[in-house]
Amino acid sequence: MLVRYFIVGFLALLASIARAELTVEITKGLDDAIPIAIVPFGWSQPNRLPEDVSAIVSADLYRSGQFKPLDRADMLSRPTEASQVFYRDWRVLKTEYLVIGKLIPAEAGRYRADFEIFDVFQQRSIKKATVASNNLRALAHAASDIIYQTLTGIRGAFSTRMLYVTMERMGPKKQRYRLYVADVDGYNDRIILESPEPILSPTWAPNGRHVAYVSFQSTRPSIYIQDTVTGRQQKITGFPGLNGAPSFSPDGKRLAMVLSKDGNPEIYVMELTSGRLQRITNHYAIDTEPTWTPDGQHVVFTSERGGSPQIYRQHIASGKVERLTFDGNYNARPALTPDGRFLAMVHRSNGVFHIAVKDLVRGTLNVLTETDLDESPSIAPNASMILYATMHGGRGVLSAVSLDGRVTVRLPSRFGDVREPSWSPFL
Amino acid sequence: MSIFNRNHLIALIAAASIAGCSSTPEDTTGGSTAGTDTTSYESTATDTSAQVDPALQGRVVYFDFDKYDIRYDAEAILSAHAAYLSANPGARVRVEGHADERGTREYNMALGERRAKAAAAYLASKGASSSQIEVISYGEERPSALGHEESSWSQNRRAELQYTSEAP
Repeated sequence: MLVRYFIVGFLALLASIARAELTVEITKGLDDAIPIAIVPFGWSQPNRLPEDVSAIVSADLYRSGQFKPLDRADMLSRPTEASQVFYRDWRVLKTEYLVIGKLIPAEAGRYRADFEIFDVFQQRSIKKATVASNNLRALAHAASDIIYQTLTGIRGAFSTRMLYVTMERMGPKKQRYRLYVADVDGYNDRIILESPEPILSPTWAPNGRHVAYVSFQSTRPSIYIQDTVTGRQQKITGFPGLNGAPSFSPDGKRLAMVLSKDGNPEIYVMELTSGRLQRITNHYAIDTEPTWTPDGQHVVFTSERGGSPQIYRQHIASGKVERLTFDGNYNARPALTPDGRFLAMVHRSNGVFHIAVKDLVRGTLNVLTETDLDESPSIAPNASMILYATMHGGRGVLSAVSLDGRVTVRLPSRFGDVREPSWSPFL
Repeated sequence: MSIFNRNHLIALIAAASIAGCSSTPEDTTGGSTAGTDTTSYESTATDTSAQVDPALQGRVVYFDFDKYDIRYDAEAILSAHAAYLSANPGARVRVEGHADERGTREYNMALGERRAKAAAAYLASKGASSSQIEVISYGEERPSALGHEESSWSQNRRAELQYTSEAP
């Protein structure tokens, strides 16, 4: 009997570990983060809900670094409809915004949430909204998106997902690589590829469903495209030499990549329906890590043609090349904001690798991170944060930093080295 | 009858190899126990390795940070393998290029390939046939040392020679 309890307890422990491999902690938040209260949403049914929706919303807003959600234990009242709101209860706690709501069972096992946002100081309702889903976490993230957009004017990216790679050492010269897809808060993580050989450079197609990556599963590097829904994997390249750094064009019809089949690492663009390859660069130096400008007319890439790795932009039609980075002697792995204005990169200064952002309009470079061995910047589709990989306690971990560097968040993993995050487009 | 002949032949080889070496007491002792097959083979093996360039034992050459030119201290090892490949046309080697963990993964993949290709070009320049050499880069994915400081990084910036047939 005791053994049985032990087994049940152990299984419950395993389930809680499996629940989210990544959890989030804010390492630097805003001093002037907005005080907000997300009151537990009402639920009139006898069964207990499997998820705490208002806690998920609070965690989302907290993770953005821009909000300071009130601990629910400090709440003086817990209104679930407008008639129950007493502004003084919130004013004394210096809460600026209040969110209340109700969860309602909808057809076919779905849930609906009707919620309302109040401005405490102006003592008025500023937004009423409804979200629905068969998944309470998805429903909570959809509510977070609306609250964030209402209060900041910027579209929320809480309903997006990410890809990342973990590497676990199973013994000397024996590793296990896993490619995950997960919600951006680390939940609903799912392994979509597992291999003893390296997996790297995962990236999303603009449709938010297909992903491309490099896998050594055939013992040599090849680029694959995989459907995250069906799991179907398709080999795209298998040329001699490097097959690396895939990047979908903004329209999803072309894939930029690096191939060394002609002797040097060069940038190529493949038209995905025909498989036709167009060579973009022609230089004896290393050219790699292509990405696209939002208009799909240029590729931006890393090249050591100037003697050290720097970032360049080439117009595909004319071949005209322009150097974009001049600060320091190591700038690599470019990523552009959706408006094309800001260029995130890996930047070395004083021998330390940081994430930096260059404002391509003003020409200023801003080093955002204070961690070391920072890699693989990937920008949120709303340009609020940059996900990147870094080292913490001798292990690879994922972190995020706001574009202005004022907020940093760490997503620690419970096991293995985590690396190469890629933030999905809006879904 | 045939067994006798074979043992006889081995004894002759063993004797010849001892004669070829200096007549130290250890060698004499080794020769006196050369009646069994295994000892005879050992003594012939000792003889073969005595003629082999010790640099052929080295399978790893190292590189400077962000560099892919062959260092002076790598030349003896690569020359020995080039001579071996040239003398053994059936031998095939896979040159694996690696980088340390600093810098971006895809750039390091390109750097690893540059290192492997530099080692392969050196082998070819010293007489190996390019059809005997295969090149692959693992970038920073397969470190040899797991630390996060220069003493580990210098071990990881390397090219490794892995024979896929007729290893020396």
